[in-house]
Amino acid sequence: MTGYLVRRILALVPIWLGISLFAFSLASLSPSDPATLILEREQDEPVTPEQLEAFRERHGLNDPFVVQYARWVGRAAQGDLGESFRSGQPVFAELVSRFPATLQVTVPAFGVAVLLAVGVGVLSAVRRGSLSDHGSRIAALLSDSIPSFVLAYLLIIVFSVNFHLLPVAGRGTWRHLVLPVLTLGLATSASLMRLTRSSLLEVLDEDYVRTARAMGLPGRTVVLSHALKNALIPVVTLAALVLGSLVTGTVIVETVFAWPGVGKYVVDSIFARDYAVIQGFVVFTGTIFVVVNLLVDVLYVRLDPRVRLGGGG
Amino acid sequence: MTETTTTTADAGRSLEDADEVETGPGVFRRLLRDRLAVVGLALVTLFTLAALFAPVLAPHDPNAVDAVDRLAPSSWEHPLGTDELGRDTLSRILYGARWSVGTAAVAAVIIMVIGVVVGTLAGYFGGVLDTLIMRVVDVLLAFPSFVLYLAILGTLGPGLRNLMIALVVITWDEYARVVRGLVLSLRERGFVRASLALGASDRRLMVRHILPNVVPPVVVLASLQTGKLILALAALGFFGLGVQPPTPEWGTMINQSRLFLQTSPALMIWPGLAISLTVLGFNLLGDGLRDVLDPRMGSSKYQR
Repeated sequence: MTGYLVRRILALVPIWLGISLFAFSLASLSPSDPATLILEREQDEPVTPEQLEAFRERHGLNDPFVVQYARWVGRAAQGDLGESFRSGQPVFAELVSRFPATLQVTVPAFGVAVLLAVGVGVLSAVRRGSLSDHGSRIAALLSDSIPSFVLAYLLIIVFSVNFHLLPVAGRGTWRHLVLPVLTLGLATSASLMRLTRSSLLEVLDEDYVRTARAMGLPGRTVVLSHALKNALIPVVTLAALVLGSLVTGTVIVETVFAWPGVGKYVVDSIFARDYAVIQGFVVFTGTIFVVVNLLVDVLYVRLDPRVRLGGGG
Repeated sequence: MTETTTTTADAGRSLEDADEVETGPGVFRRLLRDRLAVVGLALVTLFTLAALFAPVLAPHDPNAVDAVDRLAPSSWEHPLGTDELGRDTLSRILYGARWSVGTAAVAAVIIMVIGVVVGTLAGYFGGVLDTLIMRVVDVLLAFPSFVLYLAILGTLGPGLRNLMIALVVITWDEYARVVRGLVLSLRERGFVRASLALGASDRRLMVRHILPNVVPPVVVLASLQTGKLILALAALGFFGLGVQPPTPEWGTMINQSRLFLQTSPALMIWPGLAISLTVLGFNLLGDGLRDVLDPRMGSSKYQR
C-alpha cells in the first residue's frame, strides 16, 4: 500500500508543477507589463525607463525565464503567491479567507449530488429499461446540456421572483444557501448518476449477487447490502473527477448568486486586471486538485481489498 | 471495426480494406434507427440552418434599436419580444447561432486537427516526443478546462481572437489522448505491420492506414466536444469575456438580461433555451454516433 501511494504522489508532483508552470507563464501573456502597472500605482508622475529598469533589476525580472520560474514556484510551494494589486494583501491570505464561504456551498452541493445520483442510479439500474430508467437517462442528459448559470436563473425565476420563497442572492441565512447548493448539486449529479447506474449493473451480474439471490435473500437486501456496497467503490473515485465540474460550477454559481467565495473573488479580479490573483487562483485550485486526488486514492485503497492486498495497481 | 485476432489471412484482407472504414450510408441508416440520435441530428441541423440563413430568416436587423418598443412581450411583430434597447429577440437568437454555434464549430475543427496530428505523431513515433506530449496532456486532462480558459482570457482580455486562442490551447488534449491510444494499438495490427514489411514510408502508413481508422472515434468525440465548447463559450460570454456587445451571442445576451430578470425573465429564457437545445442536440448525436461507430468507447464519458 505504501508503495502504491508513493507512486501516486510521484505522479501528482509533475502535474502540480505543470499547473504552476502554466500559471507562471500567464504573466508573459499579459498585454500590459506588470512592472509598469505596479510602478504607476505607486507614483503619480509617468514612469521613466530608468525607474522601470531599476525595478526590473531589483525584482529579478531580467533573469532568465527558468530562474524566475524556479524562484516563483519555490515561493508558491510555501504559500507565497504574491500580492494583490488591488488590496496590497497577500493573494494566498485573500484566497484562504474566502475558502470557507466556498466550502459552505460545495460540500452540501456534493452531498446533494451524491444522494441524487445514488438514489436515481440505483432505481434505474434495478429497474433497467423501465420508465424510471429512461426518465433518469433524460434527466442526466438535460443536466449535461443546460448551462449551470441558466439553471441558476431558472431556479431564481421560479423560487425567488414568482413565489418569493427564497432570496435572489447574497449570503446570510440558510435560505440564501438553498438555491446555490441546489444549482451546483443538480449540475454535478449527471455523471455521478451514470456511473452509479453502470457500476451497479456490473456488480448485479457478479456471482456473489447471484448466489445471494439463489439463497433466497430478499431483493432489497441483495441490492442494498451486497451489491451497492461494492458498486460504490468506483463512485468514490468519481469524487475526484467531479471536482472539476464542482470548481467550474462554483465560479459560475458564486457569480450568479453574489456569493462571497473564491470563485467570485477571481472573477472580480479578472475585471480588475489583478493578474497575481488569477495566477494564484490557478495554483490554489491545482493544489486542491492534487490533495483531493491523493485523498481519494487513499480512500480507494482502504475500500477495495483488491487494490490493498494486490500490492497496488 | 470489429475486433478480431489478426491472422495472416486477416492481415491481407485488412490491407486491402483498410480504407473502407464504416462511415458510409450504412452507418447513417443505423443512426436513424436510434430515436434520440434522430432528435439530436434534427436539433443540430435546425441550429446550423439558423446560423447559415439568419439574414433570410430574421424578421429584423438584430442590432436595430427601437426606443418605443422596449422590453416588449411577444407579438406578431416580435415573436419572442424585444430587449432593453427594443432589439428583436428572435433575430438576435438567430444571428446568435452564428456566434455561439459558428465559433464553437470553427474552434472544434481547429482543435480536432491539432489533437489528431499531435496524437498520431506521439503514438506513431513514441520516445521522447511521446513522453513530453503526454506529460502536457496529463496536466490538461487533470485540471478543469474552464479554470484555464478563465485564466487565459482573464490575462489576455476578452474578445473573439483571445477566445479562440484559449479554446485551442487548452482543449486538444482529449483528442490527442484518444488518437494516441488508437495509433499505439493500430501499429501492432496485421495490416499496418504488413504494409511496413512491404516497405511503406512512415507518411504513407500514417495517411493511408492509420488515419482512416482513427476517424470513427474522432467523429464521436467531435460531436460531444462541440457541445462542451458551446457550453464553455456561453459561460465565458456570460462572464463578459467572450464576444463583446452589441454582437448577439447567447451567453452575452444572458449576461445583459440579468438586470431585467424580475421584469422580463423571457430575455434570459430564450437564449438559455437556445444554448441548452443546441448542446442537447450535439450530446444526443454524439451518444448515437458512439453506439453506431464505436461501441467500445462506451465508458469514455466517465474519464473526465
